[in-house]
Amino acid sequence: MDQTPTAPEIIAAEASTAVEQPLGRVPLLLNRRNFSWLTERISGVVEQPAPRWWWVTFTITAGIAAFGLFCMGYQISTGVGTWGLNHPVGWAWDITNFVFWIGIGHAGTLISAILYLLRQRWRTSINRSAEAMTLFAVMCAAIFPGIHVGRVWMAWYLAPLPNNYGIWQNFRSPLMWDVFAVSTYFTVSVLFWYTGLVPDLATLRDRARSKIKKFMFGIFALGWRGSNRNWRHYEMAYLLLAGLSTPLVLSVHSVVSFDFATSILPTWHSTIFPPYFVAGAIFGGFAMVLTLVLPARAMFKLHDIITPQHIDKMAKIILLTGSFVAYAYVMEFFISWYSGNAFERFAFWNRIFGPYWWYWWVGMLFCNCLSPQLFWFRWCRRNLYVVYFVCMCVNAGMWFERFIIIVGGLHRDFLPSAWGLFIPTWVDIWTFIGTLGIFTSLFLVFVRYLPMIAMSEVKIVVPEADAHYATAVEHHPVAPGGKERT
Amino acid sequence: MNNLRTPSGHRVYGMGAEYPSAAALYNAAKMVRDAGFKRWDVHSPFPIHGMDEAMGLGKSWLSGWVLFGGVSGLLTAALIEFGPSSFLYPLVVHGKPTNFMTVPAFFPIMFELTVLFGAFAAFFAWQIMNGLPRWHHPLFNWERFSRATNDGFFLIIEARDPRFTELEARDLLERSGGQHITIIHED
Repeated sequence: MDQTPTAPEIIAAEASTAVEQPLGRVPLLLNRRNFSWLTERISGVVEQPAPRWWWVTFTITAGIAAFGLFCMGYQISTGVGTWGLNHPVGWAWDITNFVFWIGIGHAGTLISAILYLLRQRWRTSINRSAEAMTLFAVMCAAIFPGIHVGRVWMAWYLAPLPNNYGIWQNFRSPLMWDVFAVSTYFTVSVLFWYTGLVPDLATLRDRARSKIKKFMFGIFALGWRGSNRNWRHYEMAYLLLAGLSTPLVLSVHSVVSFDFATSILPTWHSTIFPPYFVAGAIFGGFAMVLTLVLPARAMFKLHDIITPQHIDKMAKIILLTGSFVAYAYVMEFFISWYSGNAFERFAFWNRIFGPYWWYWWVGMLFCNCLSPQLFWFRWCRRNLYVVYFVCMCVNAGMWFERFIIIVGGLHRDFLPSAWGLFIPTWVDIWTFIGTLGIFTSLFLVFVRYLPMIAMSEVKIVVPEADAHYATAVEHHPVAPGGKERT
Repeated sequence: MNNLRTPSGHRVYGMGAEYPSAAALYNAAKMVRDAGFKRWDVHSPFPIHGMDEAMGLGKSWLSGWVLFGGVSGLLTAALIEFGPSSFLYPLVVHGKPTNFMTVPAFFPIMFELTVLFGAFAAFFAWQIMNGLPRWHHPLFNWERFSRATNDGFFLIIEARDPRFTELEARDLLERSGGQHITIIHED
């Protein structure tokens, strides 16, 4: 009799559940996976023998990469004349590819740094592979300015050293800024990525069976023991690296855009370029993250770690940044009309109806502006085929966008007598395809030999990682309305 | 240094215990802190939020090194830019002056080197402040400890702690819920 709850108690109990339910969140890891499951599954990818599909894919991509390297060798030994560059188009596929690859890297740093500062815990499932993607994309990007100078053995002129006449670089040139921005970006990304890797390398070291593996992982794990006195400095370093990388990533594509914006060419000479380029870079980069992560997730059965919720969130970022990009396109047209400048107006008219018209209609309009709008619909964000289709559109669209900006500005400038067209040669085409091969091969090697998910970070989102975790917490994957919460 | 030895003649590094969960380790850390030990540490596969307070550790001043790195990067950039551009070989481009009035054009490189040097400072500081890299550590002599990077939670009291006695340490680790309590060899 004593234990029958009184009316006020029942009301209080109901009120507390009513308050708690809307706060329930979909867990970031499905099926209540524990720490050792995470270690097993993620390390297992590295420890098991390579699956057959891996060898098949790697053989193909490495072959493409090798032919790309041959094209670069041919171009270096013969000269830049092997490319289709000529008057008036002196920058074409080379710089398009450079901007394309640099842009892709930005999503990795956004995930690893900006989302870390914003305490977006879902980043832990994808940050490692996105950061690796950043490194490989920046490597591919660095190839193009290196080889397009023609005499690559003179590339040391880029370094702040006087040449043999004692002449120094022009430090007020955007091209010089670019050298510093890209090399800093690559170096800081490597430091950040390796810092994150150390605890996971220690996991692999402690699991390694063979002596040689224990030795190799042992060297790179630096003797990490997971000590809290170490975590304390480590976490501060990680936070500060994230804090340093955040303005860095925004600066890199801004500086790339200065290469164009500080010139006087119509369609290049534009103050909207830095934010427009940064938004475009994150947009294209997230599409590439999904392009790589979705197959890896399927092949290595990582569905409990990279959940529909993660894909949904990335799709929303693509929608957001894609809409920034679309807004920037509209604003460019408006300003060219509003400026009253005949050359500006012509350049944008030429963009839509000139010889490269279909690049604009297909690449910029359909791929970049329209296709991400599908992500307004939840069904589209949850359907992997739709997600993959949009990502492929964005990958292609962002390449077209850079081509339109660069070649579209150059091929018809102020004097109609100087107009011309750009026709790529097979070397142009295969050098670009070769970098796609290099990029994919490097990524395949990465997923094979290093943990592609940050184990020490993803374990933090397991509920038991909380120091105050006491009893089984009730989870509410289904919101009161009946829909799965996102 | 302590002179404790096991019956078989090994020097003693300390005493370790394993805990079933992060929450258990957190509570044990508070007990060891309150018992007044100084040379001790906890080991977990991931950083446990709130553990610094539970261990009585303050803020990491690694940030000081990063500030130092960032400032030296800024100064380096100013030196390598203004040295050549204003003094060694003033290069007149677009008819613009080469003096300090054109400083905005020098900002991007100043910014980049600030970030670069700051990042290097952070990278080396977290290793040096942690005494890393190191090739070996007595803790690796304990077989169970390999789970510290997987799903194990450990607390180690070092023998060089002035308060360390085998009985007191074992008693404290037992009372705090530690399992597999073990003496760890130095060599």
